[in-house]
Amino acid sequence: MESTVLKINEFGAAFGDHVVLNNINLSITHNNITAIMGPSGCGKTTLIRCINRMHELEPGARVWGKIYLLEEDIYAMHPIILRRKIGMVFQKPNPFPTMSIYDNTIAGFKLNGIKLPRAERDGIVEESLRKAALWNEVKDNLHRKGTFLSGGQQQRLCIARALAMDPDILLLDEPTSALDPKSTSHIEELLVELKKIETILLVTHNIAQAGRVSDYTAFLYVGELVEFGQTQKLFTVPEDTRTEEYLSGKFG
Amino acid sequence: MRFQKTPHISFRIFKDHFFMIAIIILSVIASFPLLFILFHIFSHGFSSINWEFLMRLPKPVGEAGGGIINAIVGTVLLIIFSCIVALPPGIIAGIYLSENKEGRLSYFLSLSVEVLQSIPSIVIGIIVYVWVVRPFKHFSLLAGSVALGIMMLPVIVKTTEETLKLIPNYLKEASLALGVPYYRTILRVVVPAGLSGIITGILIAIARIAGETAPLLFTAFGNPFMNANPLKPVDSLPLAIFNYAKSPFPEWHALAWGASLVLIIMVLGLNLITRLVTKKWKVRF
Repeated sequence: MESTVLKINEFGAAFGDHVVLNNINLSITHNNITAIMGPSGCGKTTLIRCINRMHELEPGARVWGKIYLLEEDIYAMHPIILRRKIGMVFQKPNPFPTMSIYDNTIAGFKLNGIKLPRAERDGIVEESLRKAALWNEVKDNLHRKGTFLSGGQQQRLCIARALAMDPDILLLDEPTSALDPKSTSHIEELLVELKKIETILLVTHNIAQAGRVSDYTAFLYVGELVEFGQTQKLFTVPEDTRTEEYLSGKFG
Repeated sequence: MRFQKTPHISFRIFKDHFFMIAIIILSVIASFPLLFILFHIFSHGFSSINWEFLMRLPKPVGEAGGGIINAIVGTVLLIIFSCIVALPPGIIAGIYLSENKEGRLSYFLSLSVEVLQSIPSIVIGIIVYVWVVRPFKHFSLLAGSVALGIMMLPVIVKTTEETLKLIPNYLKEASLALGVPYYRTILRVVVPAGLSGIITGILIAIARIAGETAPLLFTAFGNPFMNANPLKPVDSLPLAIFNYAKSPFPEWHALAWGASLVLIIMVLGLNLITRLVTKKWKVRF
C-alpha cells in the first residue's frame, strides 16, 4: 500500500463566471511521478497552480472542494507556509537574474530571511545541485550569475532551488516546453532519478513525455478529469473513448 | 504597360535625393542650439574658472577675484536634501502603481503625478514659501529642498513605475512559489531587478532640478556665505548666476559665466553617469 501525499477531493475552480475545473478527484502517491496531460486550455496548469495556491494571484479566482497535503487541508493553511512545503518549477526557466548560482539555489532560505550557518548552507547548495544533476557543470562557477547558464541548465537550477526547501511534493508546469530536445531528455532522466526521493506532479501537453516518465497519468479535458490510472494501463487499454482518441492524435 | 501615368523614374530619384538632403540639413539644424550654447558658455566662462573660483567665497563689489564655493556646496546640499524629501514617497508610489494597475488609488495617483508635472515651477516656489518659509520665518535650505523635491517627485514616480512594469511576472511568481511573503518579494526580487532603471530615474530627476532657479527664489533665496544649516538660506548655482547676471558690474558678469559653465558641466556629467548606469547595471533576464 503506497501512502498518499496529495489528495484532491471533488475539487473545482473558476475565474469569475468561467468554470475552469470541475469535480476533480485525484490521489498522488509517494515517490511516484504523476503526469497530468491534456490539450491546451483544459485546465491542467490551473489545477497545479491551485495546489500551491498560486491561482489566487489572479483576480476573481475561486475554488470549491478540498485538497489535502499529507492529510492537511491546504485551504486552511497560510499560503506562505503551504508554498514552503511545495516546490514549483515553471514553464519558462526563471532563475533570479540578480543572484549567483549559489544564491539562486539557496534563495528559498535567503529570501525568507532564514539564517543558516555557512557550512550548512554550503551543504544544502551542493546537495540540491547534485540532486538536480547540475553540480558537476557549475561547481567551479557557483558565484556567476544564474542567467549565464543555458536554458536546460537554468531549468535544472530552478529544480535545485525547489529541492533545497525539501518539499513534500514537487510540481512541474510543462518544465520542458521552452527547451530543446537534448535538454528535455536530460530533464526527463533527472525526473526519473528524482522520484526515488521526491513525489512529483508533472503537467505536460506532450503525450510521449507522459508515457516516458510517469507512473500514473491523469487525462484532463475541458476542465474534467476523464481518466486517471497507471500510465501503462492508460496508454495501452484506455477506458474512455476520449482518452483513446487523444492518445491516437484525433484531437489535441 | 500597366502604369502609363507613372512619372518618369529620374524625377522620383530626384525627389528621393531632395528629401534625403532636406532631412539631413534639418537634423543638423536641430543640434545647433546645443552647440551654440556650449560654445558661448565655454568661450565666456572658461577664463573665469580657476582654483580660486572653485574654492573661495565671493568677494564684495570692487574687490577682484572671489569664487562660488558657497553656490557649489549649496547646490550639492539642495540635491541631497531634495532626494531625502522626494525619494521615499516617489519610489514607494512608483512601486504601488506598477503593482496595482487598476483601482481608484492608482488612477488618482497617476493623474495627480501627471498634473503635478505640469505645474509651473514658480508656482511651486510660491506654495512652498507659504508652507515652509512663513511658518519658520526664514528662507532656508529646507524650503528650497521641499520645492525641488516636489519637482523631482513626478519623474521618480513615473520612471520607477515604468521600470518595474517591465520586470517579468515570472520572477515574482518564482519568489512567491518559494513561500516568500509578498513584501519581501517586492523588496528582494522585483526592486533589485529594476534597480538600474530606478537609479537612472533618480539621476534624470537630479539633472532636471540642478538648474532650477524659479522655485528657489522664494525658498532657498541665496546667500553670499557658506551655509550648511538646513534652517538658513543657502546659495545655489542657478541663483548665483541669476544674481550675478542681473548686477551692473562686469566682474560679476564674468562670475555668472563661470558659474554657468560649472553648472553645465555638472549636468552633462550626470547625463553621462546615467548612460553608464543604464548600460553597466542592466539586468539580463
